Amino acid sequence: MLKMLEAILAGKIATENINTAGHKRMRGTLNCDSSCDSCGACQTACTVGALELKDGKPAIDYKKCLFCGRCVEACANKSLKHDNQDELAQILTDSAVTISNVVEAKLGRSLHVRHVDAGSCNACDFEMGALSNPIYDLHRYGIAFVASPRHADMIMVTGTVTRNLEQALRMTYAAMPEPKLVMACGACAAGGATFGNTYAIVGKVSDVVPVDIAVPGCPPRPSAMVIALCAAADMLKERM
Amino acid sequence: MHVKQDNLRGAANILSDGGLHPLAAMFGADETKRGGGLAIYCLFYDAQKRDIKTLKASFEDENDLSYQSLTSLMPAAAWYERELHDMFGFNPLGHPDLRPLVLHETFPFEFHPLRKKYAKDFQIRGKRDYEMMTSQGEGLYEVPVGPIHAGIIEPGHFRFSQAGEAMLQLDAKLFFTHRGIEKAVEGLTIDQALPIIERICGACSVSNTLSFCQAVEKLSEAVVPRRAWLIRTLAQELERLYNHVGDTGNVCAGVGFSPIISMGARLKEYLQQLNESFTGNRFLRGLIVPGGVSMDVDDRLLDEIKDVLREVEATYKDMVHIMWEQSNFLNRIQTTGRIKNKTAFDLAMVGVGARASGMTRDARRDMGYGIYDDFDFDVITEQNGDVEARIKVRIGEVYESIKIIKQVMRELRHNDSEEIKVELGELKKLEGSWGITESPRGDNLHWLMLDEEGKLDRLFVRSASYPNWPALTVAVQGDIIPDFPLINKSFELCYACIDR
Repeated sequence: MLKMLEAILAGKIATENINTAGHKRMRGTLNCDSSCDSCGACQTACTVGALELKDGKPAIDYKKCLFCGRCVEACANKSLKHDNQDELAQILTDSAVTISNVVEAKLGRSLHVRHVDAGSCNACDFEMGALSNPIYDLHRYGIAFVASPRHADMIMVTGTVTRNLEQALRMTYAAMPEPKLVMACGACAAGGATFGNTYAIVGKVSDVVPVDIAVPGCPPRPSAMVIALCAAADMLKERM
Repeated sequence: MHVKQDNLRGAANILSDGGLHPLAAMFGADETKRGGGLAIYCLFYDAQKRDIKTLKASFEDENDLSYQSLTSLMPAAAWYERELHDMFGFNPLGHPDLRPLVLHETFPFEFHPLRKKYAKDFQIRGKRDYEMMTSQGEGLYEVPVGPIHAGIIEPGHFRFSQAGEAMLQLDAKLFFTHRGIEKAVEGLTIDQALPIIERICGACSVSNTLSFCQAVEKLSEAVVPRRAWLIRTLAQELERLYNHVGDTGNVCAGVGFSPIISMGARLKEYLQQLNESFTGNRFLRGLIVPGGVSMDVDDRLLDEIKDVLREVEATYKDMVHIMWEQSNFLNRIQTTGRIKNKTAFDLAMVGVGARASGMTRDARRDMGYGIYDDFDFDVITEQNGDVEARIKVRIGEVYESIKIIKQVMRELRHNDSEEIKVELGELKKLEGSWGITESPRGDNLHWLMLDEEGKLDRLFVRSASYPNWPALTVAVQGDIIPDFPLINKSFELCYACIDR
């Protein structure tokens, strides 16, 4: 017992500020500089069709991107580079809310979230679990995970929707009270291109239920999830 | 060994040698395009020879896919045969439970997705029954749970048959996250398939990718450089470490032991941040490629790993100390969720689950893959087969992993080679090849074959959770239902890995 108290005191407060920059090797947002000669090697290298040349420059659909680094590797001129920044969530329905002012206004709202795994590889799920660890401590933003869709303002959906889970996703959505939000978390949920089309896959989340906010990443880092959740809390406030 | 369909059971009986060579995997293949008909492959471990023995049974007529079921000989075959029934339409005669396994209610019975006659994205809807197994009797009642659970976990449906508080029977309906990955990679090149393989499962990314890469490398003459193997071994052990450390804390969530949940989650976070520093991804994705690794390590990174490990090891020791001095915690975990040695043996269990029940199995030692032979480590076993035993095995393995990492890092500092990847060149076509790793949950086995053009013709993924899932339903019998989360977490099985 004494040992436990000692460990709790010695551990101090581990909670840190949210930092959207990762380690040096982190594969985050993609930037292309002027040395690009529009060779298209990056487009060919992408296995999920997240990158297309538009006016000779790569345009990235971050909803699909796996952040695997193949396009960067394929770039002969080294024009295309990953930086170590989280690609932030995209608001799909309420355009009035911008993410930049979300982080600042943290208080005076709350958001209750139910997780739905619609066919994920469990990486997104584990990162959602990490949000409750002492480092990210999601509760400080007034955001909590709840046990039932009946208690939830939003469902946070991970994974590409499988045939075996389609009904569960629809029923969970239907069970939520209004106003309700849907977040598609990670490349499978937001873009649905990770595994291609198979007999067992229905598609991305927005093919099944309306999606309000999409979080890029494979999986999104917890920092990106926190920011997306804060943005969702603001969206909810506007809809109330 | 290659036999006709009628001799499958007899040949399997000989090869398994009364369980001395446990069943490692059983799967089908559609070789009709090459005039080969359909086939069932059975793989058996041969720890003495550090090899895997392959038995192939040919089915020439695709309208006659009956054979004598293996399940009564080796219970470990039960799920594999249900999967063969779903995916190809094989008919194991005398199977005690041929309910669907992988394909749920929306798929019609006559649809067998892994037959080549169906396109990858063939969408057909129909109806099939998926009946849950329950116990009947006066005073008994059922508790249905899932597939959407109360916590942040993967989807599965559990049906408990209760006699008061005691769990009499548990039936688990899984494969909710079945994405058709084995079909999705068919016709892809190795390079195209790799990002998909890395995403079969988050928590076993390294293990799945490394099993796959080893299976590919066996089809080539090239030798993977030693430095690449050092870095791969480092990644494997870091994967084991973040999983085991996190799971030690998480198992305490089954009894609401908050200080330990918090300490475990914190240590796991530091290890995942280290993963990002190492490979640019918190699940170590993007590192392992066929022929070697894509990123090197420098002394600065090794210093960082050393510092993080020092802190993690010290705090972990404290955490374990606190766990063992709580008598109410010990009371919950001792004799709870027992798997007897005989059950573990019959189900051909692997990993932590097997080792906690007295089976000394570890692919790192038994299969001698990679360069594990060059490092000193112990295989941790316990005898009781309860929740406590599984926690103890995990704790022991954390220290063994740190021991291996220290040895690997010592060599990496003195190994000044720059070669981290070799070109594989021409790969053998139409030849079965397997690769194995010891994932945090047990051995992870991939089997693949390339077609005439060098593209994937068939991939079978047997993750460590596959043989252990049926054991969970045995472990809970007789325990009280509030102990289910605890027992479940003590196995810490993946859903995504088995569902594929």
